[in-house]
Amino acid sequence: METFVFYIFSAFMVLSALMVISVNNPVKAAFFLVLSFFASAAIWLLLEAEFLAIILVIVYVGAVMVLFLFVVMMLDINMVQIKKGFVNNLPLAVAVAIAMFATIFFVVGGESFSQSVFTIPDRHGADYSNVAELGKVLYSDYVYSFEIAAVILLVGIIAAISLTLRRRPNTRHQKIEDQIAVKSKDRLQVVKVDAQPRKYEPAKEEQK
Amino acid sequence: MLSLTHFLVLGAIMFSIAMAGIFINRKNVLILLMCVELMLLAVNINFIAFSHYLGDSAGQVFVFFILTVAAAEAAIGLAILVVLFRNKRTINVEELDSLKG
Repeated sequence: METFVFYIFSAFMVLSALMVISVNNPVKAAFFLVLSFFASAAIWLLLEAEFLAIILVIVYVGAVMVLFLFVVMMLDINMVQIKKGFVNNLPLAVAVAIAMFATIFFVVGGESFSQSVFTIPDRHGADYSNVAELGKVLYSDYVYSFEIAAVILLVGIIAAISLTLRRRPNTRHQKIEDQIAVKSKDRLQVVKVDAQPRKYEPAKEEQK
Repeated sequence: MLSLTHFLVLGAIMFSIAMAGIFINRKNVLILLMCVELMLLAVNINFIAFSHYLGDSAGQVFVFFILTVAAAEAAIGLAILVVLFRNKRTINVEELDSLKG
């Protein structure tokens, strides 16, 4: 049963990865990437990494892929021009991919990582919590790395905002420092006006 | 039954596909960024497989950090892409040659 699930989701993952690199529409590529991440999350569930599987779905599918789609739709890309040159690089790409896979397979494909060396671990019971175990390690042994990761995210936010922030010269925007520094004298001017009695002149023609 | 080799070979296949994608899509920086994400995914599969078969949760912690850094990288990369498109009106890799490299 596990083997069946593994092969189904591996097939989904590999096929959608192939679609990501071969379709010429970036929107479709982003959606196939989403499918690939979903299949990968299922495979991580098989490996009992429940927390990371759900994080992959929430963070990647929910946030990063939406960001990709936003950017794809913000850019006005000429598809026809992009399509050219696909076939030219194809033989080189296939050759490099096969060479890459062959070298990795030479290492991992033999007996060194088989069942006789790495025995299949027993499944945890229903009371096992992957989140609790990961949390214990994350907040004790790796707490400094955890804080550095938080700082990296902060740097990411600041960098993304400051890169894309654009000040147009002819738009009217708030000047917050001027608003804070304003005094009441700047806004309200008291003018001395001499009081003069107003003469009452009745309309004479109407009285008649 | 599933051995560690199954997952390592799956990771190798994913990494090779992403590598081929970087070679094929020389015209579109967006798809190059997606290929980088696929590569990181392949590496994460290896980390989690080893973590499971060795019974050590350190591998999962590493995947956690890789996901964090990859999210930051995607955000900054896309921001650079937007600025690039605003200035050059193209995301074709071969036309981005102002540095004469």
